[in-house]
Amino acid sequence: MSIDEKVKHAADELDAHVVEMIKWHFSPDTGSPFWLDWAKEQNWDPLNEIKNFEDICQKFPNFEDEWLRDLPNEVWVPQPYKGKPFNIFETGGTTGMPKQRIGWDDFRIDYTAFSETLKDEHFPRDDYWMMVGPTGPRRLRLSIEHLANERGCSCYFVDLDPRWVKRLIASKQFDQARAYMDHAVDQALTILKHRKVSALFTTPKLLEALAERKDLIKAGIKGVFCGGTTMDKQYARFLVEEVCEGGKIGFVPTYGNTLMGLARHHPFGAENDYSIAYYAPQPRAVLRVINPDTNNTVDYDSWGRVELTTLTKEFFMPRFLERDEALRRKPWSEAPWDGVAEVRPFGAMEKNIVEGVY
Amino acid sequence: MNTPHIPCLRLGKEYRSFNESEVKDYRNGAVKATMSQVNAGVIRRDLLKIDQAREALQKFTTRELIDISAKAGELFLNGTLPLGEGGRSQSGQDYLETLSATSGLPHVMVKRNMDKIHYALTHVELILNGLTRGIDPSILDRGFGEQAGSPVCFYPTTNALGLVMPSNSPAVNSLWLPSIALKIPIIMKPGRDEPWTPFRLIQSFIAAGCPREAFGFYPTDHEGAADILRLCNRALIFGDKSTTDLYAGNPGVQVHGPGFSKVLIGEDEIENWPDFIDVMASSISDNGGRSCVNASAIIVPKYAKEIADALGKRLGSLKPLPVDDPNAVLSGFANPKMGEWIDGAIDADLCQKGAIDTTAIYRTGPRLLQAEGGTYLCPTIVYCESMDHPLSNREFLCPYASVVEVPQPDMLNAIGPTLVVSAITKDETFKRQLLSASNIERLNLGPISTMKISWDQPHEGNMFEFLYKRRSIGMAA
Repeated sequence: MSIDEKVKHAADELDAHVVEMIKWHFSPDTGSPFWLDWAKEQNWDPLNEIKNFEDICQKFPNFEDEWLRDLPNEVWVPQPYKGKPFNIFETGGTTGMPKQRIGWDDFRIDYTAFSETLKDEHFPRDDYWMMVGPTGPRRLRLSIEHLANERGCSCYFVDLDPRWVKRLIASKQFDQARAYMDHAVDQALTILKHRKVSALFTTPKLLEALAERKDLIKAGIKGVFCGGTTMDKQYARFLVEEVCEGGKIGFVPTYGNTLMGLARHHPFGAENDYSIAYYAPQPRAVLRVINPDTNNTVDYDSWGRVELTTLTKEFFMPRFLERDEALRRKPWSEAPWDGVAEVRPFGAMEKNIVEGVY
Repeated sequence: MNTPHIPCLRLGKEYRSFNESEVKDYRNGAVKATMSQVNAGVIRRDLLKIDQAREALQKFTTRELIDISAKAGELFLNGTLPLGEGGRSQSGQDYLETLSATSGLPHVMVKRNMDKIHYALTHVELILNGLTRGIDPSILDRGFGEQAGSPVCFYPTTNALGLVMPSNSPAVNSLWLPSIALKIPIIMKPGRDEPWTPFRLIQSFIAAGCPREAFGFYPTDHEGAADILRLCNRALIFGDKSTTDLYAGNPGVQVHGPGFSKVLIGEDEIENWPDFIDVMASSISDNGGRSCVNASAIIVPKYAKEIADALGKRLGSLKPLPVDDPNAVLSGFANPKMGEWIDGAIDADLCQKGAIDTTAIYRTGPRLLQAEGGTYLCPTIVYCESMDHPLSNREFLCPYASVVEVPQPDMLNAIGPTLVVSAITKDETFKRQLLSASNIERLNLGPISTMKISWDQPHEGNMFEFLYKRRSIGMAA
């Protein structure tokens, strides 16, 4: 199948998935109280008027993140899930109420699918993982454990609270921030010293810090699954060429969050100047790179704001404007839809963004 | 011809980053060079290998490195040296013109700075003699020996000298030059707008035979700068007060901030004040008024108004001249916003009672002006009624000074920490008080410009004592 055919096929699949999800979330016997009530207040009917993804882009307003802060979690429960205890996952919350997303099996579905994209060479089956990074109320913690389980083994955890790190940095307590990072790294090194671990999930900064204090190859690390903060081209190159010693350790960057799941990356390296492009797990989630003023996608290889639409039975979230900007990239044969590249905080070129050491 | 690209030097090895900054002409914003910007992790990883750089220097004797420094001095002044990638090179004249175009310093001032650096490099032996108080260089090679009949033993306090450099004055690079002869590699973050001088110096050293591993040149961000200061056991930082305050009290970081240098006239000489206008004016305005050794206050027991008026008359009429004019005194601002900020700050404080801008009446226009294609600040002399006025003890990046009347017995308390004092007095009692003052780093006795410094006497920290410590040693016969 040519790439054009693949793109067309994926778009058709997405449109069909959109119709199915709209039917689910806006039908009284399957929808959640929030969306059923929301639809009643509109002068249009999603069930009749949403026929494809483009309709979502044109007819739904941007999802408001305040809804995830201010409303009780029960309003998001689709009728068939009523009475089933749910997980509560959080994002944000450095100050004030975090955004919360409830869920049941989505994280397992997402990470089972993601596992298929990992190479056994770098993430061997039946070998231990270690996660060094934000656990706590985040979806990521259970997701990584599931990923390790999915690949036949278990995972060690070292926590790092990014909310505290952000507060330390915002108040210019850099020594404290560094001491806290050292504390996390110390714990990780202790695990590496006493236990066999071959796969690592961590953030870029923590990966750097670990590699500065321990030869990760000698420590048995074969693959690193990394996410959490901006990786521009130079930083990605540095992590691959130096921290992961030019591919001796497999480096798998991802873009993801509690609201989306996770997006896999297009292969990158010297051949494309280490520009990392991510592709959402479509059709369960869709990323667009848009001009928020016009709601149109920007041209390929141009900067725009990242917009996320999540389309699962557990959660419907149309057109959420992420706090990120990215370059729009062309579809790829293994993910024949738009990608987002060189993701960075929205407005990063104009102001300092606290991303911290984590 | 393409715009030159200045790479990072990772222990001497060129490294081109995907992230670049631009070094621009202060007049029209034309990009004169791009410069690789590296993430802090690059520096941290290279520092893990810094022992190799030190070993490379240790293969040379101090004497050999002194000779290499002298050769580097000649190359710096007159040589054609590599500039960035692609076999591009730069002559001394190219360097002069480019630095002038991006820094706003007129050619004559760049040349003066070049001469200072040349002098420092060609007189490293003299400088080391001053820093070590006459220790034979071979003692540094062996690590121990005998001086004036006593055994001495020295050990290095660090394997690298960290440097966070400024953009405003090329000659400050002369401060780190002795570290090469002292066999301590450098890890430098150059000033954002002034890569030219350190890069050329490094190329001069390499061309003169110094091992390239001794030089780390890392244009980087705040995190990178902080890591240089944190991870090199010894480092120099240049910056304004808010920057340098962060490191005050850290014995591993030598802070080079504002100098608050001053000219003091004693009661015995004050009636002769018209004789000293020249020395006061040059102390204030030489090098464009940009150095920490420029006087920023004139402290006198009386005639403050008259002196302020006379200095206002002398300096107030100075105007920007073409960069290649040999009489140019004023420097343009590489960052015009800095000029605007200074102008606003002076005006805001002049609103406070007790201060008069005595240059204003001699100027034909505003203090801040656009001329010769750039942004300039004209000299500003402010008469202050007392040292309590906010303008009485300030330092700006332009020819600026206050003139304040303070009774002689109160002067030394009133001046606060001061890098250079030129005290015009013959009064033995006052001289003794000056010699005992702990708040003065360099003291000139007599009508000597504050700009006059001695290479064999450190005025702002002793590099040898910073990089080496003496220990007691015993050896079996």
